[in-house]
Amino acid sequence: MAHNAPLIAPRAGIAADLKSVLGVDLLDHVFAVDEDSITVKRDALGGVMVALRDRLEYQQLMEIAGVDYLDRAERFEVVYHLLSVTKNHRLRVRVTTDEATPVPTVVNIWPVAGWLEREVFDMYGVLFAGNPDLRRILTDYGFEGHPQRKDFPLTGYVELRYSEEEKRVVQEPVRLQQDFRSFDFMSPWEGADYVLPGDEKAEGDKA
Amino acid sequence: MTETVTVKHHGSDMFEGYPIDGPLDPGSTAGDLSVSNYTINFGPQHPAAHGVLRMVLELDGEIIERVDPHVGLLHRGTEKLIEHKTYLQALPYFDRLDYCSPLGMEHSYVLAVEKLLGLEVPERGQYLRVMFAELTRICNHMLNIGAHVMDVGAMTPNLWVFELREDCLNFFERASGARMHSAYFRPGGVHQDVPEKLLVDIADWVDTRLPKLFGDAMSLVIDNRIFKQRNVDISTVSKEDALAWGFSGPMIRGSGIAWDLRKSQPYDAYAKMDFDIPVGTRGDCYDRFMVRVQEVYQSARIIKQCINEMPSGPVASTDRKVVPPKRGEMKQSMESLIHHFKLYTEGFHVPAGEVYVATESPKGEFGVYLVSDGSNKPYRCKIRPTAFSHLQAMDMMSKGHMLADTTAIIGAIDVVFGECDR
Repeated sequence: MAHNAPLIAPRAGIAADLKSVLGVDLLDHVFAVDEDSITVKRDALGGVMVALRDRLEYQQLMEIAGVDYLDRAERFEVVYHLLSVTKNHRLRVRVTTDEATPVPTVVNIWPVAGWLEREVFDMYGVLFAGNPDLRRILTDYGFEGHPQRKDFPLTGYVELRYSEEEKRVVQEPVRLQQDFRSFDFMSPWEGADYVLPGDEKAEGDKA
Repeated sequence: MTETVTVKHHGSDMFEGYPIDGPLDPGSTAGDLSVSNYTINFGPQHPAAHGVLRMVLELDGEIIERVDPHVGLLHRGTEKLIEHKTYLQALPYFDRLDYCSPLGMEHSYVLAVEKLLGLEVPERGQYLRVMFAELTRICNHMLNIGAHVMDVGAMTPNLWVFELREDCLNFFERASGARMHSAYFRPGGVHQDVPEKLLVDIADWVDTRLPKLFGDAMSLVIDNRIFKQRNVDISTVSKEDALAWGFSGPMIRGSGIAWDLRKSQPYDAYAKMDFDIPVGTRGDCYDRFMVRVQEVYQSARIIKQCINEMPSGPVASTDRKVVPPKRGEMKQSMESLIHHFKLYTEGFHVPAGEVYVATESPKGEFGVYLVSDGSNKPYRCKIRPTAFSHLQAMDMMSKGHMLADTTAIIGAIDVVFGECDR
């Protein structure tokens, strides 16, 4: 597809290399939108990452992103973005997990993973086994919940204000002067998966 | 460091409240002082912290033993908000991430959307984007260079380079109407064409005012003995460390790795540009500073090439299913009116898929991981800030240095908390 996004030449023989290096730990390899992404076994993540770094020359871990798919059995995806500065290539490595199952840490492979894993933990509540410092990072001290989850409301649950009487910051349940408005702009003939107002009358006539 | 510090002695509670020197040990001889490690709190409101950074420093005398940066004090939930906005409405959030280089942030996002859409940008649009991205780089480096030299004790250069920053902001205003939060790059191109006079003025500025004023300001700094004493050999980062800690931008180039996404993974019109990548040799704060200084001159080169070679033509894609029509067209054509209405209410739909697009923002690799489910809103938009990994290495970089060096180290990281905390 034509676009002007950063040009990354496809790496020759990457599919075969991944297969031979990772073996049974490689669950899936997709090349879509000019990008390589692989899904690997969660428990084998440590070994996979070492192999990718040392044998396929992905020296840098640029990013760990969490994604929440509410309707899946293992609802969370943890997505690692690797960069090879020698081969000039990017690779996306994906594992899936749920609220209770920890993902092995990669802190011992890339020290940069420390904060990145802390962020995924903070935002999604994904646990990382072996991370020595799995504290919250972006949210407030004493925050409860994991705000990036799809079932966490945009407005949150509590709001803060300075109380003049108590001379300190107090937490209160969030109270909005106006409800959060979410308009449905989807065309009725494209996106709507509900009965359009008025359509129920037609059904009523038939009955 | 002039701010009041909270002093907490470790080990024994009986010393609580004693002066920092501590009481004499019972078995010591006259003149001995027992010095225990103590912890001080740097920030969150400190002028050298470049925003709301809180660092818990464990000191042995004046030597830093451990740094624990606390970030997130400026967390606004940008990623969550973007999930509730259409693709076009999400764009202005990127201006507000790194408010020192807004267009650099927008660049990653629009390219990510275009990559998913498979949308090509007309050449003039590409050139305009590259030119303004480089102007943003100059604008950003002016702030960082000025703040860095001020953190280590020089006042005048900061005031001079802020003049140049002001010029850049005026150029942004003339192109987009806003000085800082421009929202100028749009999926498919840029919002509107620039007046001819603006290009003439930018070319004039790059030829005369920028090299003169910037050269003057830098002549005060780069060979200055005090400046060198505060920066040379401070927080040396090896190539291996730079890779392992996920460094990018001037931080990785300062460590001697010639890695620049504009060269290695060119986007927009960068493939046609002729420029050099400055690299450091020692990987210390001075090298990172000098890399930025040289980048300003390289950016000026790119801007001049853009102005010289910029073709005429449309500045944004003419795909009316993504890019809204101009207002004049709307007055004449019913179809344009419908397109305009649909694009500003429902917005455009992006095919399902995922992309990670990273551009060379002034501070390093700024990435956007965009997951689309085929609707008009991003399913997930993960922002890869540059400062996050750099700041995390604060502990590694500061260990064994003096307390006063932290300001130089933070200055050389070039951290902006709007971006770090999102």
